[in-house]
Amino acid sequence: MDKFEKLVIGFSLAMMAVFVFFILLAAGTKDISVADCLPYDARYLEPGVIELNDSTFQIKYVASMWQFEPNEVAIPVGSEVDMYLTSKDVVHGFQIHEKNINLMAVYGSVTKATTRFTEPGVYKIICHEYCGTGHQMMAAEIVVYED
Amino acid sequence: MNLTKTLKYNLIVTLFIPMVVLILGIYHGLLQTLYRAGIISSTSFFGLEYYQGLTIHGVVNALVLTTFFAVAFGNYIMAFYMKKSPNGTWVTVSTLLMVVGTLLAAFAMLEGSSSVLYTFYPPMKAAPLFYIGATLLVVGSWIPFFVWLKMYSDWKKENPGVKLPLAVLGNLANFIIWFICTLPLAYEVLVLLLPWSLGWVEGINIPLSRTLFWFFGHALVYFWLLPSYIAFYTILPKIAGGKLYSENAGKLVFLLFILFSIPVGTHHQFSEPAIREGVKFFHSILTYGVAIPSFITAFTIAASLEYAAKKRGSKGLFSWMSNQPYFDSKNYLFAYFISGLILFFFGGLSGLVNASYSLNNVVHNTAWIPGHFHMTVAGPVFLSILGLSLYILTKVMGKEVKFPALNQMVPYLWVMGVLIFSTGLMWGGLIGEPRRTNMGTSYLNPDSPFFNPSWVPTTALAVIGGILMTISALAYFVVFFGSVFGKKVNESEVYLPVSESYHKEKYSPYLENLKPWVVAMIALIMIAYIPAIQDTLKYSGADAPPFKPDNPIPLELYQQPKDLNKE
Repeated sequence: MDKFEKLVIGFSLAMMAVFVFFILLAAGTKDISVADCLPYDARYLEPGVIELNDSTFQIKYVASMWQFEPNEVAIPVGSEVDMYLTSKDVVHGFQIHEKNINLMAVYGSVTKATTRFTEPGVYKIICHEYCGTGHQMMAAEIVVYED
Repeated sequence: MNLTKTLKYNLIVTLFIPMVVLILGIYHGLLQTLYRAGIISSTSFFGLEYYQGLTIHGVVNALVLTTFFAVAFGNYIMAFYMKKSPNGTWVTVSTLLMVVGTLLAAFAMLEGSSSVLYTFYPPMKAAPLFYIGATLLVVGSWIPFFVWLKMYSDWKKENPGVKLPLAVLGNLANFIIWFICTLPLAYEVLVLLLPWSLGWVEGINIPLSRTLFWFFGHALVYFWLLPSYIAFYTILPKIAGGKLYSENAGKLVFLLFILFSIPVGTHHQFSEPAIREGVKFFHSILTYGVAIPSFITAFTIAASLEYAAKKRGSKGLFSWMSNQPYFDSKNYLFAYFISGLILFFFGGLSGLVNASYSLNNVVHNTAWIPGHFHMTVAGPVFLSILGLSLYILTKVMGKEVKFPALNQMVPYLWVMGVLIFSTGLMWGGLIGEPRRTNMGTSYLNPDSPFFNPSWVPTTALAVIGGILMTISALAYFVVFFGSVFGKKVNESEVYLPVSESYHKEKYSPYLENLKPWVVAMIALIMIAYIPAIQDTLKYSGADAPPFKPDNPIPLELYQQPKDLNKE
């Protein structure tokens, strides 16, 4: 290996280090991370919306073939929402594109993501993992309204 | 050298059969773009259901074609470089297992009982035949690895202190990765899925089964890729008219793949429960590690091509890029390889996005992902397989390549098709378009309440690209079957172009001996995967019963009433 080859290896390593640095920076300063891992509890199989106060909500989503429960949730603009997710049957996906929420619903386990809805509008939740013949019809909504 | 008759027939079967089933894989590739754009707004077309076809597309193109080729190319490399045919009996057993496995899985998929996609995520259940077929295919591909290991140790005894040919090292590295990564897959399929699929076991741990799958699933992509890398290092510089810039760099690349290919799997599981964030982050860093050998390759291959052009008189910084044998139809492998490399530039970079921990939230399971991997597995991998299958078969059978002009057009048309297709998919993915979804009946159907007009242009681009890719594949089939069924005009031979090394490099024991690398590999796998497996056991609750893709009620519950009626 000559000096150019070694230079390229060094450059590639440095570039990867820069990438890792920015991932850590995003996680540390902007709290941008991946799906949370929670201990399993069968109570997550009951769907529901819990209003902790005017602008803080917990939504327990249960995915099944081929729907999300609750199917439609209305919350005021500016709300911070914890979304919990599990599946009653096969693997499902859970994506809110505008908020970069991207989760998998897996039988026998629970995951969670937190986000703040700062813009009013209708946010579509789409199942993006193949879950059987009705997969393309599996979607839900969060309506964010202005007070 | 001359091949033994047995090896010759085995090579013919293992290169020919996947091309026949590929017709089905290509057919449903095109159909998917039509379904997704809403041009076909239905759950099935001509008796083939969308998800059934998608399963066939994945299994045939990504498992059958790639595995058969890796085995055939491996046998050919060993025969050529070791000047000795691999043991005929074992090679025949391997071919038989792989062919029978493919037939069983094909039957299960065509019959419609196993529309579970090539990732077969439980608790969605396929027919037992599907799992048995897949297992036979994998076990069949293990056998030649042990035959080659024996040849390698014999060769080392006979040639002490001689450098191992780069192609042989690459081939052994590839099958070391393959053998180790398929062990947990075999455990998942044989111990977890098969008894459960047969109804002997009630439930299985889903997070565990998914983690075992992705132990295999990401290493699989390097198993697809390394045969192409072998070709880029050992064949491409020669047919470009030059030399390989550094052979030791090539060896380092294959050895780094041994180290990093496997302990990166949970980067496919960033969005999943039951694995802690720290474990995912560690795998993300290692995934950047596995990008390093590809950066080295990009440099080494480009430097080799530049050297070739400078030898022909190219001057300046960039003119070497145009001074290459792009349109020399006698030298068609160059066109196939360079086309694959052009796609891989974009495929590799988009892969870094997927590996990027938090950035993955934007693209996970969206159309971006197939947009990315059609520039890797349907890029350098697929094009090298097409080019080399034609090359090796015509050499072994003593045929000549028919329709050379048409053949020359295949890779370039394919590149144009994939670039348009992947642009559509990746753009769609960035605006939320899901992958693996029959969108024509919902999101792309103007009469449906789900209709989303922003995905009209993205899916339309995918259709245009898909049509170009299909025309290119049809042209290839004409060339391939035309040549294979043509008259025998030459003696059959085993031949490969061999690139010389540009630098005179010293013998380095670290680059010649696989053992320390395998030990380090196993250690790194332990560090990366023991916490991941522990998490799936600790954070998962109930075990899942089997479900059929067309019914939300667990299999056992809806089968019972039928039995009661009988009584």
